[in-house]
Amino acid sequence: MIHGVLAVAMVALSAWAVATFPRSVLVFLLFQGSLLFTYLARIPAWLRAALFAMALLVLMPVIGYYNGYYLEVATQVGIFVALALGLNIVVGLAGLLDLGYVAFFAVGAYTWAIFGSPHANLIFGGGAFPLAPGWFYPFLLVGLLVAAGTGLLLGLPVLRLHGDYLAIVTLGFGEVIRVLANNLDKPINITNGPKGITPIVRPPMPFGLPTSEAFYFLVLVIVAVVIVVNRRLEDSHIGRAWEAIREDQLAAQAMGVPLVRAKLLAFACGASFAGVMGVVFSAKQVFINPESFTFLESIGVLAMVILGGMGSIPGAVIGATVVTVLNLQVLKGLSLWLNELKNAGVTVLGYSLTDLPTQLEPAKYERMIFGVILILMMIFRPQGIFPVRRRARELER
Amino acid sequence: MDYPLLVGIFPQVLLDGIILGFMYALIALGYTMVYGVLEFINFAHSEIFIVGAFVGVEILLSLKGAGLLETLPWPLVLVLILVAGMAGSAALAVSVERIAYRPLRAAPRLIPLISAIGVSFFLQDLIRLVESVWRNAFNLVYPTMDVLNERFELTSTLDVSVKSLVVIVAALLMLWALHAIVNRTKVGTAIRAVAEDQAAASLMGINVNRIISLTFLIGGAMGGAAGVLFGVQYGLINPYSGFIPGLKAFTAAVLGGIGNIPGAMVGGIVLGLLEAFAASYLSLLTGGAFGAEYKDIFAFSVLILILIFRPKGLLGEVVRERA
Repeated sequence: MIHGVLAVAMVALSAWAVATFPRSVLVFLLFQGSLLFTYLARIPAWLRAALFAMALLVLMPVIGYYNGYYLEVATQVGIFVALALGLNIVVGLAGLLDLGYVAFFAVGAYTWAIFGSPHANLIFGGGAFPLAPGWFYPFLLVGLLVAAGTGLLLGLPVLRLHGDYLAIVTLGFGEVIRVLANNLDKPINITNGPKGITPIVRPPMPFGLPTSEAFYFLVLVIVAVVIVVNRRLEDSHIGRAWEAIREDQLAAQAMGVPLVRAKLLAFACGASFAGVMGVVFSAKQVFINPESFTFLESIGVLAMVILGGMGSIPGAVIGATVVTVLNLQVLKGLSLWLNELKNAGVTVLGYSLTDLPTQLEPAKYERMIFGVILILMMIFRPQGIFPVRRRARELER
Repeated sequence: MDYPLLVGIFPQVLLDGIILGFMYALIALGYTMVYGVLEFINFAHSEIFIVGAFVGVEILLSLKGAGLLETLPWPLVLVLILVAGMAGSAALAVSVERIAYRPLRAAPRLIPLISAIGVSFFLQDLIRLVESVWRNAFNLVYPTMDVLNERFELTSTLDVSVKSLVVIVAALLMLWALHAIVNRTKVGTAIRAVAEDQAAASLMGINVNRIISLTFLIGGAMGGAAGVLFGVQYGLINPYSGFIPGLKAFTAAVLGGIGNIPGAMVGGIVLGLLEAFAASYLSLLTGGAFGAEYKDIFAFSVLILILIFRPKGLLGEVVRERA
């Protein structure tokens, strides 16, 4: 009872605070914290669902109306939640460490970028492109299929590899995709090289919604679908097979788990989520180039999965939220704050902050954040923040 | 096709490939030695390597600032930065093992690997942070020493610079020293024993933890030397420039058979040659359609093919499976 009142109060209060102080990062973090509390509080399921629906469907767009940047952050969080859930299948459930995951995201993004922009005219000739904006929706499916196909393509040759070898090969694969994207502007101009592709057509917005709101809802819908699919997969025949492979490949095989099929499916499923989000990403950004698909991104998504807890769906959601918010808000906020202090000529302990080196920008240190997350989690809590019970037991000793 | 050109550049490409190969061999030794004793990919080795380059450049820049770079004899300067780079990298490698890997030694296999990736990323930004505060720049250029840039013309199409000779000589010395340590000393025997069977080695009175630290120390020192030589040879370094050479060196280690020390040397040289030839000939052979920028893909494809068709590598150390 007390939990219920608290949860309602916190969501309402923080939403009000965000509306009142539309520029404060701290207040927005409070809002996210209240959602976390709602998730953890011992309240009836209907109340929790109602609060989430309220917060995500009503409050968030309203907040976005006051400060568009928050909506952008929320949309980015959604994109990364879907990526983390996809990687969660490969790493968390099937136990195949994939260090090149962002390659599938890139494949999806380029699929729509090429056909949804005049760029395709260079490849096929004529002037049929860009495709009409309505084609975006079928292309969500196309992106899914192309990415899943790429996943199979990667899966086939590496099936025989295990553990760290697999990790290195997937890393190499990710780099190969990036190098290809960077250099396939000749002999045939497919990706336009480092210059990237622009302008990419955006989908028609349903109900006359403004662009950023429409993308927010689109991402929300996709994330909801992804979560449902994940839930269903986890307890399905194939989900159990994946976990069996993760625990002990030999034993799983002896029990009749078809190793080849299960592993390929894991790669394809994980890749397909990234492919769909890639299509959304390229339409949202209007411009893409290979810079968005570096090894850093792959490790970022991995850090999200690890932080939340490998194999855990709520873990992946929380991990994606925390890491994205850290990157987009906390580090940037810190940079701005430091700059303000510098410009104001503040002195700390007799040291004038104006003397700080100009190259020192907290916003550029995301690798350090990822690194610290990975090391600390591995040493102190390898099962993650929200561990799956089975996984936690495995790591206990 | 321009056959005289293809033939004409051959000796120069060969030389470049050999230099690159020695560099890869030195780095690959770090991967292979650690894999030999712990069966684990020390992902942070690429940063341990680049730290050596940064220690070297810091010393050179300080010497230059003090006006000593021109007055001191250049071999002395080279030895100084090599030793300092090796010491810096070795110290870092040992502390990384102590902090981030040792607590995880009993954990499932992926756990230390993920921790190592974390260390790698952390170190990249740590170097950037330190250099940003210290020098307000993190892309650093090795100060030139005129002697090193002198070139000998061997034939009309082949010339070799002093620094290339330095790299080759230094690399050969290192490889010989390592070979001697591992095969002719008591410590080397202990390292090989630990690689063979940790439990049995400790029953024979070998302090396994100390030997593992020592392995990281030697591997780190080799990496640091490679870092300094990399800086001397190519000039420009930044905190992230260790990553790709590290990955290639790992490929070299796998190519030669991971865990196998002579294999790492052979693998490094083979990969260096392959890459040098790919970089210069790919564009000539395909009429400019595919250029030198595909050399990275080339290296990774080699890695994937080797792992699929000959996972034991060229010299064939058995790749053991751990459940």
